[in-house]
Amino acid sequence: MAYQFDWSIIWTNPYFKWLVIGFIKTVEIGILSWIIALPLGIGIGALRSLPSRVGRVVGTAYVEFFRNIPLLVQLFFWYYAIPPLLGTRISRMHNLEWYCAIFGLGIYTASRVAEHVRSGFSSVPVGQRFAALSTGLSQFQMFRYVIIPYGFRIMIPPLTTEFLTIFKNSALAMTIGILELSGISWRINEYTFHGFEASTAAIVGYLIIGLTIIFLMGKVEKRLRVPGLVRRE
Amino acid sequence: MIDVTVIIENIDLLWGGLLMTFKLFIVALAGGLPLGIFLGLGRLSSRKWIYYPVSAYVHFIRNVPLLMLIFWIYFSLPIITGGLVEPFYAAVVSFVIFEATYFGEIIRAGYQSVSKGTIQAGYSTGLNYWQVARYILIPIGLRRVIPSLVTQCIILFQDTSLAYVIGLREFVRTASLIDNRVIRPLELYGFVAIVFLIICLIGSQIVKRLESKEGERK
Repeated sequence: MAYQFDWSIIWTNPYFKWLVIGFIKTVEIGILSWIIALPLGIGIGALRSLPSRVGRVVGTAYVEFFRNIPLLVQLFFWYYAIPPLLGTRISRMHNLEWYCAIFGLGIYTASRVAEHVRSGFSSVPVGQRFAALSTGLSQFQMFRYVIIPYGFRIMIPPLTTEFLTIFKNSALAMTIGILELSGISWRINEYTFHGFEASTAAIVGYLIIGLTIIFLMGKVEKRLRVPGLVRRE
Repeated sequence: MIDVTVIIENIDLLWGGLLMTFKLFIVALAGGLPLGIFLGLGRLSSRKWIYYPVSAYVHFIRNVPLLMLIFWIYFSLPIITGGLVEPFYAAVVSFVIFEATYFGEIIRAGYQSVSKGTIQAGYSTGLNYWQVARYILIPIGLRRVIPSLVTQCIILFQDTSLAYVIGLREFVRTASLIDNRVIRPLELYGFVAIVFLIICLIGSQIVKRLESKEGERK
């Protein structure tokens, strides 16, 4: 039996409405986890760039731990294994999967952000550090006025990539029962058996998010660029 | 509170799941790496009819979540073959298509690090394009990016857990099936996490070794 394509399911309700809701949820999960990931990642990355040994060890342990366990396993751990330990008030909480997904994705992405932050700071030429210290700036002032302003501009392209990745990784939230874009495409398949059309629509949704971010971040990057500092590909 | 007997009792099942994960990893690597070698060449091709399609393919795949690609392949393969498709084959096809683009971009950087003079020397001794690729670009370029390739292998190994979504009984799915029966999520997912952690840490130690070796050579 040949497959009968039926693209109309994408724009007939309720499926169209589902896809729109799923799209919004994907955007929400991505942005909310990013709000956790960015400050946490910057903090851990900075910890690894400090002269303190303890800071480096803690930062490295965090990064190695979260980067070497699949995100899927981490989400299962946060959603299935941890809540029962915290008592029934937490484990029966409304929307528990939602908080677990955002938290899990956030602290996972923080480990990746931390890596970019560390390599961004370490790519500020050593001469700049010496120059800053020799003009009489303190360690703190050196970070505040030299390393951070330079380092962050170097980090913008890799952090943009990471911001794109967080939306792609948010697809894993479906495995703990959130009906975001990919979860919706699976559900439409269960209702209509037109998984091919539904998943194509979801892929288009992800491409829209990706292209929007590339466009916006391109503008941000242009505005903040220090001439000659960040090489463009 | 922690009861490890659930792991010991189900160790055979878990071992079977881990073997499936390894099988998927090896087949995906055996397909993805060679394809990546060609994609890397295509991304540097001076012929527009090669460069543009290859670049479009690479950019497209890299902007799609792997999980969505697995769904898409899982749904589209039956349309092509006209019958049911085993999750394993759908997973293998998805991983090869997906990981090849990541390998390809790493390998492209390797090719680009080969000096122009070396390549020109190759042409001037009478080698044609394929011979230059075979004897100069691939051996030299590939060797330079081995640490990055191993890092990508670690990511690929973790990515195989996504075959969970189409019901393949790999390591994570096996643990979740056992969990459905015995409700011991802490022990089971903790065990899975530790096993992944150990394997991937060994991998990243290998990367560090390779990188310091590379540094010595320079």
